[in-house]
Amino acid sequence: MRRDFDTGLVEAVRTGTSREMSDPYESIFVHVVTKAMVPMIQIFAFYVITHGHYSPGGGFQGGVMLAASTILLRLALGRDESFRRFPPDWGALLAGGGTLLFAILGVIPLFFGGNFLDYHYVPIPGVDPVGLRYWGILLAEVFIGFLVWGALVAIYDALSGGGR
Amino acid sequence: MRILSLGLLALLGSMLAFAAGDLPARGDPGSPANTHVSTVYIEGALEDSNTPNMVTAVLADYRGFDTFGEAVVVFAAALSCLFILVRRRREDEEHEERTE
Amino acid sequence: MIWQLDFWLMLVLVMFAVAALEVKDLLAAVGVLTGYSFLMALLFAELGAPDVALTEAALGAALTGVFLLVSLFFLDRRSED
Repeated sequence: MRRDFDTGLVEAVRTGTSREMSDPYESIFVHVVTKAMVPMIQIFAFYVITHGHYSPGGGFQGGVMLAASTILLRLALGRDESFRRFPPDWGALLAGGGTLLFAILGVIPLFFGGNFLDYHYVPIPGVDPVGLRYWGILLAEVFIGFLVWGALVAIYDALSGGGR
Repeated sequence: MRILSLGLLALLGSMLAFAAGDLPARGDPGSPANTHVSTVYIEGALEDSNTPNMVTAVLADYRGFDTFGEAVVVFAAALSCLFILVRRRREDEEHEERTE
Repeated sequence: MIWQLDFWLMLVLVMFAVAALEVKDLLAAVGVLTGYSFLMALLFAELGAPDVALTEAALGAALTGVFLLVSLFFLDRRSED
């Protein structure tokens, strides 16, 4: 009876059973609630990333929320279903791509006489330096968000033996 | 041994509590941390980058290089996790196949 | 910045930390550590640092617990010392 209140992972650790972590959880309620909640968590995470100019939040916080939603998929739906929705290669791809794009964004101002990550030196016609800094901050936050998302999911996959 | 470490801990804790009495009050505008560079950030964040949340402006613009270092640290953590754990699992499986 | 709230949060925080060290069952230790992170997030929010509180709530209270549980899945549940 008590099993209904646990997630599958807690149950497996408590009872010491040989149940595989990659199996989906048996209860239909967990599946339905997970599938309903994950898009909302991800929309809120994108809001946290892109609304970092005006409210608490930013790339790190929103990226961690995205990673939490993906790990919720992994825990509830099992390996096959969640790998179909978020393939295990995407973790490393997102982490590396985010770091690379952030580095490129930082290097671009160097060609126009600025320092590393001095966005307002980039000459884009029609945008004043204040606007350049505004959009530069937004781009940096988005790249950090993707990087943290991919990195944490990759760590989870490596730990649970899913992304071999 | 346990009593010795407890005594050392109590000594260290009392020393830190004594030293904490000399710290400036939280939010004190005259403290050294608030008088030099942070006033520039607080006054200029909105004009420089049109960003009302000055934490974001400091993190991603003024101190962007620190944030880049943080991002590389997160990336390196993920990369080392992938290298160490995934490689070892593969070797374990090959080992099991050979012994079977 | 209400000092009564600060005081009680910090007191319960220390109790959680000592409990996480002393408890023998590692699964319970992970639970207590997650509660510690959550109280830490509350304390950050109360001290006026919502950015740090958001990070602590998402990373410390959610993801660290999951990572520790996954590691515990491959290990023995009882603590030796």
